[in-house]
Amino acid sequence: MRRLDARQTHVIRFTLNGRAVEAHCSPRMLLSDVLRGELGATGTHVGCEHGVCGACTVRIDGMMARSCLTLAVQVEGATVDTVEGVAPAPGRLSVLQDAFRKHHALQCGFCTAGIVMSLDTLLRDAPDADEARIRDVLSGHLCRCTGYHAIVQAALEAVETLRKETDHA
Amino acid sequence: MKPAPFDYIRCDSLDEAAGLIFETGDEARVIAGGQSLMAMLNMRLARPSVLIDFMNAEETRRVETGKNMLRIGAGVRQAELLARKDLAVLNPLLAKLLPWVGHPQTRARGTIGGSIAHADPSAEIPLALCALDGKVVLRKGRKLRRVGGAEFFLGMMLTDKAEDELIEAVEFPDLPAGSGTGFGEVGRRKGDFAIVACAAVVTKSRVRLAVGGVNDTPVVKDWDALAPEDEAEALNALAWSLDARGDLHATARYRRDLVRGLGAQVLKEARACAG
Repeated sequence: MRRLDARQTHVIRFTLNGRAVEAHCSPRMLLSDVLRGELGATGTHVGCEHGVCGACTVRIDGMMARSCLTLAVQVEGATVDTVEGVAPAPGRLSVLQDAFRKHHALQCGFCTAGIVMSLDTLLRDAPDADEARIRDVLSGHLCRCTGYHAIVQAALEAVETLRKETDHA
Repeated sequence: MKPAPFDYIRCDSLDEAAGLIFETGDEARVIAGGQSLMAMLNMRLARPSVLIDFMNAEETRRVETGKNMLRIGAGVRQAELLARKDLAVLNPLLAKLLPWVGHPQTRARGTIGGSIAHADPSAEIPLALCALDGKVVLRKGRKLRRVGGAEFFLGMMLTDKAEDELIEAVEFPDLPAGSGTGFGEVGRRKGDFAIVACAAVVTKSRVRLAVGGVNDTPVVKDWDALAPEDEAEALNALAWSLDARGDLHATARYRRDLVRGLGAQVLKEARACAG
């Protein structure tokens, strides 16, 4: 058993985008706030803060998750991936990100970080994802600019591009 | 939208968590997946001074089959259960209904037990508990008691679980051979709160329809038999017997209409599956 006092800050350690990190936080701090405020990883956006909008979606131990519905102390020892870790190298976009740009799958960009994390996870778990599967995952996100069609098109193209890459490999 | 301060205790076993909540009582809340409780904490609708996390305890993550039931530990996440390839055989209603619970992003962390503890009137898992005559295994210290859905759900987000108890597991009895199930819901968008959700279980001797989202708790209606020509009238009577209210999302009349329409649809599905 480990008890973390409400009035104190505690050191938590986890893996963020492949790097071991530690952060100081009190038990009530949300993962989203620790990522942004303590670790400076501001790619993850904070919208509704009660699990509805999906802007803060990250990957925890390989599963898509709301960082606003997760306490930072709950990810002690876990592997967390955020939108900062999606691009393969500085100056290069992932296949999914590139498809987003091509299809205008974002306008203001506020929801994009969360949507990219969900779809990136879907493409890993289900490389043959169809439109129904993509829309099911998108149901966990709100986008007020695009009307979603462009996002679905981008995701479908990313599926196709990745399939060709695998076939040629 | 930040939680009020609390001590956070990570337990290594369910014994430890049960002991802690027994000692701490109403000051403490148990957190599992957190997909309902965290929103309550963020909005400060819940302000516990201690949060007890048992997700590290291996024994809470077990799904047991046999003994004519499916026993789901309190720490089993919705996505984990849904990912089981044999779920449609073990419990076809759960297999049909779990994809409707929240979104992939919340199912990845949310638990079966947590959704039952939260007792939202429109939630699917409490509806399944009632439709399937499931039992909630409650633990106080070392003492266990089993409570059925009708006794467990007392009102909107109100349950029979005492403040010094925790949910250890949820048990769903196996469906009798030859039974059929159906599920459907209507909401504003997929994964949103259901305006009305219906689950049907048809066996050789009984026709059952469970309705969520209308009353403060799921409602179960049984008929010994329901001839097709009597069905519309029976569903109409059921719709009027419920406490349908109008709110921002739907009028009372629309809710009654959904009970009639969706009810017929899921009964048809259940009959088609029964054999």
